[in-house]
Amino acid sequence: MSGADDVILRVDNLESYYGPIMAIRGVSLEVRKGQIVTVLGANGAGKTTLLKTISGVMDPEKGIVVLEGKEIQGSEPNEIVYKGMVHVPEGREIFPLLTVAENIAMGAYTRSDKAEIARDTEMVYSYFPILKERMAQAAGTLSGGQQQMLAIGRGLMARPHLMLLDEPSLGLSPLLTEEIFGIINRLNKEQSVTMMLVEQNAAVALSVADYGYVMELGRIVMADDAMTLASSKDVQEFYLGISEGENQRGQRRWKQRKTWR
Amino acid sequence: MDFVQLVVSGLANGCVYGLIALGFVLIYKATEAVNFAQGDFMMIGAFVCVGLTNAEYMGLSFWLAIPLAMLIMAALGYAFDWGVLRHMSGQSQTSIVILTIALGFILRFAAGTIWSHEPVSLETPFAGQDLRFNGIVLGIDEIAIIVVTVVLTALLFLFFSRTKLGVAMQAASQNQLAAYYMGIPVKRIQSMVWALSGAVAAVAGILFASKGAIDPSAGLLGIKAFAAAAIGGFGSLPGALIGGLIIGLVEPFSSRYGPPGVSQIAPYAILLLVLIFRPGGLFSQSQKKKV
Repeated sequence: MSGADDVILRVDNLESYYGPIMAIRGVSLEVRKGQIVTVLGANGAGKTTLLKTISGVMDPEKGIVVLEGKEIQGSEPNEIVYKGMVHVPEGREIFPLLTVAENIAMGAYTRSDKAEIARDTEMVYSYFPILKERMAQAAGTLSGGQQQMLAIGRGLMARPHLMLLDEPSLGLSPLLTEEIFGIINRLNKEQSVTMMLVEQNAAVALSVADYGYVMELGRIVMADDAMTLASSKDVQEFYLGISEGENQRGQRRWKQRKTWR
Repeated sequence: MDFVQLVVSGLANGCVYGLIALGFVLIYKATEAVNFAQGDFMMIGAFVCVGLTNAEYMGLSFWLAIPLAMLIMAALGYAFDWGVLRHMSGQSQTSIVILTIALGFILRFAAGTIWSHEPVSLETPFAGQDLRFNGIVLGIDEIAIIVVTVVLTALLFLFFSRTKLGVAMQAASQNQLAAYYMGIPVKRIQSMVWALSGAVAAVAGILFASKGAIDPSAGLLGIKAFAAAAIGGFGSLPGALIGGLIIGLVEPFSSRYGPPGVSQIAPYAILLLVLIFRPGGLFSQSQKKKV
């Protein structure tokens, strides 16, 4: 299973800053081909910054990002999309006044093979039938969940080998979250798109992921198989909200120290 | 009789205002900057065409001079964005606005130096010809302006709705970050929008010069076109054209039927009214983002 050649993304000792503030403090991680890897963490842990630095929207101060054997840190995002990685940003950044179909077509901006694009458009519509129904509608009129589906579908149109997903559950109902994650899982298995998934909703992320990292204050503090993480005491206490006894919960929160500190 | 002539000449003027306003809006939508040199782009476009086609300069065919002038102005627009504005990213809006005002002055004096400050008229094949029927006298130039504007608008509409580059320009203006994420080269697209607005300015300039004379201070017309863009809602391309037509129509009617001086005030009075009662403009396209 392991071996250097099936690593699709390797991040080594990455550091990036917002002005004088160091947001990513030396992060190293690996994503293997075919996996869903999740990065968990609370607000402000640096998850989004990490994805932005990987996808070239922000430039790192230090460290390297290797995509399929080539160093890509500091490249422009449009070059990185050509190289096979697409970033589906947080908060459903769609083009509100364009139609759903135009939004999807824009996902394939870097490609010019018309027949293949048409086939992929059908593939996207088969995963998200609601988008096909709404294809002539302005994307800004879609509901939040539909916009998230559109953002993911649009990302697929770049035919990525690796897709970076930033908080796909943000602002969605539990039911919709489950639906979206079901589709993410199917895309990973059926279309063999490797996924790197950043989430606050640890329970649902760990349920689909193969491997997980926990991020705090710009650092990776834990890394393990998703199953192991899900059963670890710390993750259960701080990210899954499971505690041992209901009545002592308040006390335990103050007493228990995270083991990685 | 009178009425029809006033409408036609008003529409013809309005088309020129509308096309300059279109240039404002194109750049504003794509880059969130206002190009206060848009009127001067129009003026330079006209002078470039004069330089290409008038007998005392190069004397090329009028029909060859038009696409050449559009191409030269497109190149100028692209070069300004690529060479100057791209290095200003991260600077405040104000500094970009001041930069474009400065560019306007530079263009005005450059035009004066090259083509002199005297009014020059563009030699067109249809200059001074009239169309007469039932006692109505319409200048061919005015009809030509209206026809050209309609055709150009239709072409722009097709470009923005049917071509990949056009849709990408819309995408980049609606959500720059998302366009960036999708691999759309936003900076290059912005330069292309500057090129497009340069070409549109060239057409506006040629139309303007074909029905009268052009001199280096003609670019000040841009202020009226700016009012037209604001009346239309600044973010809307059809709004810009309609704003231009409104101003174009109001002027001849107020000078014909109103007391003297009203025609100069009327456009800005309308702008004031629009800003008071519909601050977003007549065709504002505001879109709230869903959370």
